[in-house]
Amino acid sequence: MNVSMTVNGRSVTADVDPPTLLTEFLRDHLGLTGTHVGCDTGQCGSCTIHLDGRAVKACSVLAAQAEGARVVTIEGLADGNGDLHPMQAAFREEHGLQCGFCTPGMVMAAVDLVNTYPNASDTTIRENLEGNICRCTGYENIVRALKSGAAGMGDQGNG
Amino acid sequence: MYAFGYHRPTTIDEAVTLLGQSEDASAIAGGQTLLQSLKQRLAQPGELVDLGAIKELSGIAVDGRTVVIGALTKHNEVALSSEVRKAVPALADLAGAIGDHQVRNVGTIGGSVANSDPAADYPAAVLGLGATVETNQRRIAADDFFIDLFETALEPGELIKAIHFPVPKRAAYVKFAQPASRYALAGVMVAETGDGVRLAVTGAGACAFRVPAMEQALAGDFSADAIKGVQVDADELNDDIHGTPAYRAHLVNVLARRAVEAAR
Amino acid sequence: MGEPTTKIGGSTRRSEDKRFLTGQGRYTDDINMAGQTYACFVRSPHAHARINSIDTSMARDADGVLAVFTGEDLANDGIGGLPCGWQIHDVSGEPMAEPPHPLLAQGKARYVGDHVAVVIAETKQQARDAAELVDVDYDMLDAVISPAKALESGQPLVHDEVPDNRCYTWELGDSGAADEAFERAHHVTSLDLVNNRLIPNALEPRAAVASYSPGEDHYTLYTTSQNPHLARLLLSAFVLNLPEHKVRVVSPDVGGGFGSKIYPYAEEATLTWASKKIGRPIKWTAERVESFLSDAHGRDHVTRAEMALDTDGRFIGMRVDTKANLGAYLSTFASAVPTILYATLLAGQYTTPAIHARVTAVFTHTAPVDAYRGAGRPEATYVVERLVSQAARDMGLSQAEIRRRNFIPTDAFPYQTPVALNYDVGDYDATLTRAEELADVAGFEGRREEAQKRGKYRGIGYSTYIEACGLAPSNIAGALGARAGLYEAGEVRLHPTGKVTVFTGSHSHGQGHETTFAQIVSDRLGIPFDDVDVVHGDTDRSAFGMGTYGSRSLAVGGSAIVKAMDKIIDKSRRIAAHMLEAAEADIEYDDGTFRVAGTDKSLSMAEVAFSAYVPHNYPLEQLEPGLDESAFYDPTNFTYPAGSHICEVEVDPDTGRVEIVNFTAVDDFGNVINPMIVEGQVHGGLAQGIGQALLEGAVYDAESGQLITGTYMDYTMPRADDLPSFRVDTCNTPCTHNPLGVKGCGEAGAIGSPPAVIDAIIDALRPLGVTDLEMPATPLRVWQAIQDAQGRQVA
Repeated sequence: MNVSMTVNGRSVTADVDPPTLLTEFLRDHLGLTGTHVGCDTGQCGSCTIHLDGRAVKACSVLAAQAEGARVVTIEGLADGNGDLHPMQAAFREEHGLQCGFCTPGMVMAAVDLVNTYPNASDTTIRENLEGNICRCTGYENIVRALKSGAAGMGDQGNG
Repeated sequence: MYAFGYHRPTTIDEAVTLLGQSEDASAIAGGQTLLQSLKQRLAQPGELVDLGAIKELSGIAVDGRTVVIGALTKHNEVALSSEVRKAVPALADLAGAIGDHQVRNVGTIGGSVANSDPAADYPAAVLGLGATVETNQRRIAADDFFIDLFETALEPGELIKAIHFPVPKRAAYVKFAQPASRYALAGVMVAETGDGVRLAVTGAGACAFRVPAMEQALAGDFSADAIKGVQVDADELNDDIHGTPAYRAHLVNVLARRAVEAAR
Repeated sequence: MGEPTTKIGGSTRRSEDKRFLTGQGRYTDDINMAGQTYACFVRSPHAHARINSIDTSMARDADGVLAVFTGEDLANDGIGGLPCGWQIHDVSGEPMAEPPHPLLAQGKARYVGDHVAVVIAETKQQARDAAELVDVDYDMLDAVISPAKALESGQPLVHDEVPDNRCYTWELGDSGAADEAFERAHHVTSLDLVNNRLIPNALEPRAAVASYSPGEDHYTLYTTSQNPHLARLLLSAFVLNLPEHKVRVVSPDVGGGFGSKIYPYAEEATLTWASKKIGRPIKWTAERVESFLSDAHGRDHVTRAEMALDTDGRFIGMRVDTKANLGAYLSTFASAVPTILYATLLAGQYTTPAIHARVTAVFTHTAPVDAYRGAGRPEATYVVERLVSQAARDMGLSQAEIRRRNFIPTDAFPYQTPVALNYDVGDYDATLTRAEELADVAGFEGRREEAQKRGKYRGIGYSTYIEACGLAPSNIAGALGARAGLYEAGEVRLHPTGKVTVFTGSHSHGQGHETTFAQIVSDRLGIPFDDVDVVHGDTDRSAFGMGTYGSRSLAVGGSAIVKAMDKIIDKSRRIAAHMLEAAEADIEYDDGTFRVAGTDKSLSMAEVAFSAYVPHNYPLEQLEPGLDESAFYDPTNFTYPAGSHICEVEVDPDTGRVEIVNFTAVDDFGNVINPMIVEGQVHGGLAQGIGQALLEGAVYDAESGQLITGTYMDYTMPRADDLPSFRVDTCNTPCTHNPLGVKGCGEAGAIGSPPAVIDAIIDALRPLGVTDLEMPATPLRVWQAIQDAQGRQVA
């Protein structure tokens, strides 16, 4: 079957089998390997992308369900002029990543959390990171990065 | 996943027709639960009918007496709706406690209620608030809806269109999450409604259930103390590594008291 | 976060981050080769079963299938099993029982998830579909899961040739001296302890892509390994009998390891062999459920421990009897973990003069158990610190006081413990004092009373741990049964333009070596940080390496780079002397500049490098062109990081839920190269230690041997809202025997924290009569402990 959607601003159409997950579509069909797969049960959050502006787990959506949607992956988060998105920059500045595997999903979730809950408390941030597992950082610096990234996003008026 | 055929109807009638055409067709709403089963090859539908493009199934309508939520309304739409929060804060709280942020961006109320997962949150709201389930064929009272583990009153070809929640005088939902899955190890919705007190439990049994003894005690005295000594029967409750039946029975009482204290 | 200077001691932001943050990281599953096929492993659904026959015909006929292999095919090719890297000797003097560890089961399956066959097909989906068509005729047999039970007579045997499932019994220390101490003890504290089995759960599942080039008779294996050179060595020499120089192993970006990616596994070995068989590249990526079933697990000890004290609360003796679960097969380091890495740490930070440990290692029908973050040292710390904290309660001493009375004093170093190790340096009182300050211990009673008013029970727990890391001196390791050396290799190459490439045998899978190592090189050679590139993880690029585990990368791998730089500076001095027409002895070196003493004649490192590659007038009989030096560094001792952890919890008695409200860790890591990275390592270690104490535990069904905690639905991974914001600091005493004075920080958090957490809960629940608690302290378990204690009090 054919699916069409916009990925990182580019229109794409492909012929896929119905059971193709959005993760498989992004990784195997489009070569966008920044979206990672860390589990089979939809819990680790490494595959988080933006679907029509909201954070979703690409392993828990069929490519077919994204028909006509606007998809943004970690590769398309920054504005394309070579600078990091403020949230990406904050993760580097606050050492919010170690092995980097959960990081793309963590950053994509973080951006949506800031958009959903501006000025969130530490408790709100921690509770809403429930869908992203990190085995390296103990989350301390991820929480710091999220707050600093939120400030950066506010400064730039983007999200 | 095993192979399946995929359909994306835009009307309810079209969906019902497609579901009727095959013995092993399955509807998919948000798919946050179904897709996990498919990935693990625990289910093998021949045809998947995606309800996601049926626009009429989505949306929230609030009047003074009722909150009506379309079946395909996503958990975060309910959780973040200022109208829902104003009318039934307990319902917004409950929706905000389902799964995680990303799941709440995709998962739907209709999918959750139709699945009747024993540890899902929404069944406690439907039963505890005395909601009515509107399908393409009829209206089903909450008390008649949940039958057993993953079993509801829905007939083949019957799809949920919306859930009608009467606005209670006060209500609260308190959940104790299973530490790993974050599903409800036990969750209690208590509501003081025009028709008396309702108290529904999820996570503890085969499906959501009411606790008449607590409701009666609360009818006379809506206070935590009124149900302090009222225990549910542990023999009927779930047993797994995270909770023995005795622990779950105890939790139901603790959560019920906390819900009564939190009701607003 | 610290100043981001690139000098040693500066919190330079990491070089590797840009690729990780933009989706440009290159992990094994991101790598695809032309003509690639896909493997799916058929795994045993039974914990113990005889394999009568395997019918692969239906699978072979399925769409897209290229081959199906079983253990018989490997045996026919003379393929060996996976080797164990450490030979422990039994108390009888005999070597440990070392049953074969085949890549694909031979005749029997011994745990749920054991590899039985492999299907190779054109697509992932086809491989998985066909794997379901492999028809294995099993006779189910009884299984044994608990190590204590497995030792009883009449239990099912994991290996027919290993009676009582006993791999070895091993002893350390003087049992006579220990017994004598217990005879004259004023008080004896005894505990039965379980160190719960953990599943490592690096977020990136294991994966491999193997290919074979017939034209060159050359193999290439991309794999998720913490030590690609070791993988190549073991695959070549012991498993597949390949020519080592015709094998390239690459570990590209690796998404966390924590020990689980040290070992060569059946999957990548089978793929490497099969890629030649089918003449196509083969990829396999574990599903998470496969990781749960077949990654090497960690911990799993059952211990009886006793501490003898005199009237002043001084420790005069300790006896420990441990049963260690090895799982069904001996994984690479499995035999060393409950012995060399465990019992040698039982002195802790204390002067206990007489210690005796007895360890019985046991096979069971479970996944192999091996080193997982801390490896043996968390188990030792849990034994020592639980005993110490309980002894303090027994003797009516404060947790700080009993420790201070028994600390090895700063003037006693180097200190020889009664369990083999010789600590070089430390200041245990300093970290404890700082930790008590940072944790505001003085204000604790007030906080406890305030919590009580809210219906919460608040408690505080201590752990003052020590670890031996920087694995390790080859001579000591060899004497203790290691079958390999444990040095590290490093190479520093200056290019003609003054840029530097560093090749290391360490492997970074989250630790930030590309930054830390570049800081060391930039600092010592006076080359700008951005001009230094660190290469790791490729056997074709780095000469050799023993990889990253046991908090060894900086202490051993970093030291090798320093040694190579010393050679670079030596040679550069000779080049500079030649160019500046001065005597070598007159050349002074400082921060990248060579200067003729007492003159203004100087050359930069970059100018020297250029000259080394443009040697138009070199005295070639004295001076070789080029500027590229390598070194192997083998340390003379372990390093001994130590520290004090203080945990404060609140327990909800109605639900049993424990909340960690404060956690303080003050560590001694020796010199610190990058404080930001070190702090991050501590955070991660703490999360894993707290995970062990509160949340994580592998549960097998005792009868069927099924893994009940086989997905994230039942195995509790620490999430952001399970953890507090940590308070961390360091009080450092430089290591005395490596050139950087560094110790190692990767495992400390996981080693020190579990007893502090458990003891805080016990402290909190003392008013309710709770005196002991097993890990993980789940809400159910805590609630049950309260019910049991209340029941006892009523009775």
